[in-house]
Amino acid sequence: MADTTFTHSPATTDRGRRWVVLYLATTGLVLLLMMLAGLWMRLAQAGWVYTDPALFYQLMTVHGTGMVGIAALGGAAVLWHFLSAHVRLNSRVMGANFGLFLIGVVAILVADFPGRFGGAWTFLYPLPATSQGAWPAWAAALHLGGLLVIGVGFLIWCLELARGIIATYGGLGRGLGWHVLFGGSMRDVPPPTVVAATMVTIVTTLALIAGALVLVMSLINLAFPAVEINPLLAKNLIYFFGHTFINATIYMGVVAVYELLPRITDRPWKTTKVFLAAWTLSTTMVLIIFPHHLLMDFAMPVWAMAIGQVFSYVNSFPVLVVTGLGALAILHRSGIRWDLVSTLLLISMFGWMAGVIPAVVDATVVVNSVMHNTMWVPGHFHFYLLLGLLPMMFAVMIHLARGEDTRPQGSDLTALLYLLFGLGFVSMFLIGGWASVPRRWAEHLPEWQIWDQVASVMAVGVIALTTVFVAMFLVRTPAILREG
Amino acid sequence: MNVQTVSVLLSFILILALAAVFLRVRGLAHEGRDYAPVQGNAYRIRAFGFWFLILVGLPISIWLFRENPYTAEAAAPQVINVTGYQWYWELDQSEVAAGVPVEFRVTSADVNHGFGIYDAAGTLVAQTQAMPGYVNRLTHVFETPGTYQVLCLEYCGLVHHNMIAEIVVTEGGSDG
Ligand code: HEM
Ligand SMILES: [Cu+2]
Ligand SMILES: [Cu+2]
Repeated sequence: MADTTFTHSPATTDRGRRWVVLYLATTGLVLLLMMLAGLWMRLAQAGWVYTDPALFYQLMTVHGTGMVGIAALGGAAVLWHFLSAHVRLNSRVMGANFGLFLIGVVAILVADFPGRFGGAWTFLYPLPATSQGAWPAWAAALHLGGLLVIGVGFLIWCLELARGIIATYGGLGRGLGWHVLFGGSMRDVPPPTVVAATMVTIVTTLALIAGALVLVMSLINLAFPAVEINPLLAKNLIYFFGHTFINATIYMGVVAVYELLPRITDRPWKTTKVFLAAWTLSTTMVLIIFPHHLLMDFAMPVWAMAIGQVFSYVNSFPVLVVTGLGALAILHRSGIRWDLVSTLLLISMFGWMAGVIPAVVDATVVVNSVMHNTMWVPGHFHFYLLLGLLPMMFAVMIHLARGEDTRPQGSDLTALLYLLFGLGFVSMFLIGGWASVPRRWAEHLPEWQIWDQVASVMAVGVIALTTVFVAMFLVRTPAILREG
Repeated sequence: MNVQTVSVLLSFILILALAAVFLRVRGLAHEGRDYAPVQGNAYRIRAFGFWFLILVGLPISIWLFRENPYTAEAAAPQVINVTGYQWYWELDQSEVAAGVPVEFRVTSADVNHGFGIYDAAGTLVAQTQAMPGYVNRLTHVFETPGTYQVLCLEYCGLVHHNMIAEIVVTEGGSDG
């Protein structure tokens, strides 16, 4: 495999750096609050803290929506920070997105707490409009409207990325390196960060359009109940949006690995043809595998289910074989001394790769028949988000707090503890799936509660260590902002 | 061993194997070596992994798909019509014979619900979505007699965790 020329990334000339810092600070704070909401839910399921089911489902809605939102906000900060060294971006877009995000958050908080909306982050039609009096229609409309505002913000953000990439590289195809992959050209080879950003832009834009469509349809249905939506169509749009959007967050975060590991190890991360092929494959596959969420909807066409199963499996190649192995190779016998940043990045690759495994298993129809909507599912996504995405974001926070100095500093004990508590926490979800515990149940049977109890203890550890990482960043935030 | 146990064992073994690789890389990182040979090895492993996944994994994934619940068997001898409501199940019959296929025709009168069948030991044995406007046909053969429970497996609002029904599976009718 001929390696093409490596475009070395210059020391960062981050435009919109203040916004990046503000995004990450917000991410850290909201993350902690949402984790506390998660702990509360776990304590309720464990039978340790009595919680009214209505409140449980409100917490579940806020936790799910909030976590997906800040996964995107934090991912966006990481991607922007590194991409803006390669592509000229207009930082006012970061401000616009942030403003819309805050408006959306306020709307959602009002809808979910005083308004008692509890329709989950997936707002599956027709639940928002059909709560049997659990929440009023205005609360549902306000929540969905809040989501729409946040979605518009991210759409603008994605379009700015697309504009920047097109302006610098001459097209999204060139951002994915197709001229190198198919044309054999060796010029303007996009660095890994640009390739990832192009993929993120494409898939997130499509996801947001589908999401906006189904949100508008649901809002119309709330206003005029006579206007109905086909529930299977709504489900397809929602899972296409939800699956693609949350997956894109880790493709945003992974640029931290592409950019920081080479600086830490002094070994380049090359854009090879295999790398480009892997990202092009990911771009298409992440868009077509969402039917793995609909395997228990027997009304779906069988070919869509076959795609959902077989391509979910294929989709793991690029991640496992190219990015994961690439990260391991760059670190292997590199002569580095582990410190907090490098260990967090190592953990993030492990969390991502390992978190894919239960997902691929569950995307198999025979397994899905007895695992779908059990705790196995939160087991899979907490694995790759808590131990994959979050360590990427923490690594960038600490990297910035250290003034972007990549020389090893101090010990990595806190990262290892985070890994251990995190593994304990997500394993309890997976074991719950093995024990057939349904997901999204406000109250658990006594025989299930042992897993909930262990998970609660582990969650306390995760939250404590998250507090440490976020605090390391926040105490340095004023100084970073002053330095500009 | 049921499907759940196979899945959890397989997943945990693969995760542990992956962890072993990561631990090895972590342990050897302090040895500074040239990148070129390391990278050469990684490319070889990558090529091996790629072909292994294509030539072994992909056929397995396709082969596993042949066992799917979508192609409903012709005229099952026992039929139960199921409708989900916020927040109860309506089954037009709740007693079936073991060993004989049962076809569940599952729908919903309001929002999405999940029709999950649990055996007496509390293990999920089969499920399908209950969706307004659609009838999903789930064919299942109850192997052992006993009292089974139906739990809701799709979030449907305030009392989602309390949407429980019973199916009694009796001996007899079975010729094997
Ligand atoms: C200490 C950390 C965390 C705790 C204690 C926690 C706890 C929980 C609990 C108890 C549930 C509901 C499980 C169920 O019964 O279905 C849940 C769902 C969820 N969590 Fe977390 N979580 C944590 C971290 C995260 C993170 C970091 C993310 C994403 C970045 C996340 C995203 C979600 C999502 C999307 C759901 C689905 C909500 C739904 O089913 O509607 N969580 N979490
Ligand atoms: Cu998915
Ligand atoms: Cu339900």
